[in-house]
Amino acid sequence: MIGLTHYLVVAAILFGMGVFGIIANRKNLILILMAIELILLAVNINLVAFSAYLGDLVGQVFAMFVLTVAAGEAAIGLAILVIYFRGRATISVDDVNRMKG
Amino acid sequence: MIQAIAFYLFAGVVILSAGLTISSRNPVHSVLWLILAFFNAAGLMVLCGAEFIAMLLVIVYVGAVAVLFLFVVMMLDIDFAELRAGFVRYAPVGVALALALAAEVVIGFFGYTAGGVELAVKAAPLDPTIPNIEGIGRLLYSRYLFVFEGAGLVLLVAMIGAIVLTYRERGGVRRQSISSQVNRRAKDSTRNMQPAVGQGVEL
Repeated sequence: MIGLTHYLVVAAILFGMGVFGIIANRKNLILILMAIELILLAVNINLVAFSAYLGDLVGQVFAMFVLTVAAGEAAIGLAILVIYFRGRATISVDDVNRMKG
Repeated sequence: MIQAIAFYLFAGVVILSAGLTISSRNPVHSVLWLILAFFNAAGLMVLCGAEFIAMLLVIVYVGAVAVLFLFVVMMLDIDFAELRAGFVRYAPVGVALALALAAEVVIGFFGYTAGGVELAVKAAPLDPTIPNIEGIGRLLYSRYLFVFEGAGLVLLVAMIGAIVLTYRERGGVRRQSISSQVNRRAKDSTRNMQPAVGQGVEL
């Protein structure tokens, strides 16, 4: 019998993997953006699972808004990545120090 | 029974492909694994009756976001082997943080099952007689109408922002000048000539 617990465990593992991806891939901004997408996917799974569990549709509506923000974030993030690469010829997070006084 | 098999299949593939997303050497492979993860997450959502969100995941992520990632990965000319250098060094910190966060979620869940916190009443109870998509549509276009328009505004601002950020003016390019094209009149460009017979026209 599949219950809410199963869904929450999957979402928790996915969330943890996203956080791990952000920490471990310090050299690659693209992978960090993908890890953020994974985190938002975990959030969406949680919202949908609770929506089904509680019998309340608002969770799914909210998941849609999370999806919207995730799409906008990916577009802006990749645009920033492209102009950053144009100026510096690298996408390593450790090299982001131009605004350091 | 079939639900359990489907769930474990989807969940296993989601977690596996998420792990491969963050550990692949080649970012193109990472994007492809991310697409697989989103497909299987959509399967998970279909399994608990949220068809609309599942559809949205496939359309928005696989159709738009993943392709955007692929474009950017292929546009940048980077030595990707060198990018992996810090992986081993930062891995312990990452594992610790990931475990702590996952433990927090588990603790929260156990708190919920042990009686939980009494929150508000249901805002929009699920009606089993109407389909999922219709229910979401009714909710979106009535109670959440302004939030929905706000979401549209977010996407518009994101689009404008991405264009403004990445637009660059290049020198030495011959561009179309629409105003001068529209302003051009027939008398500016044509002449009436009456050449003598056998002389032809001088241009």
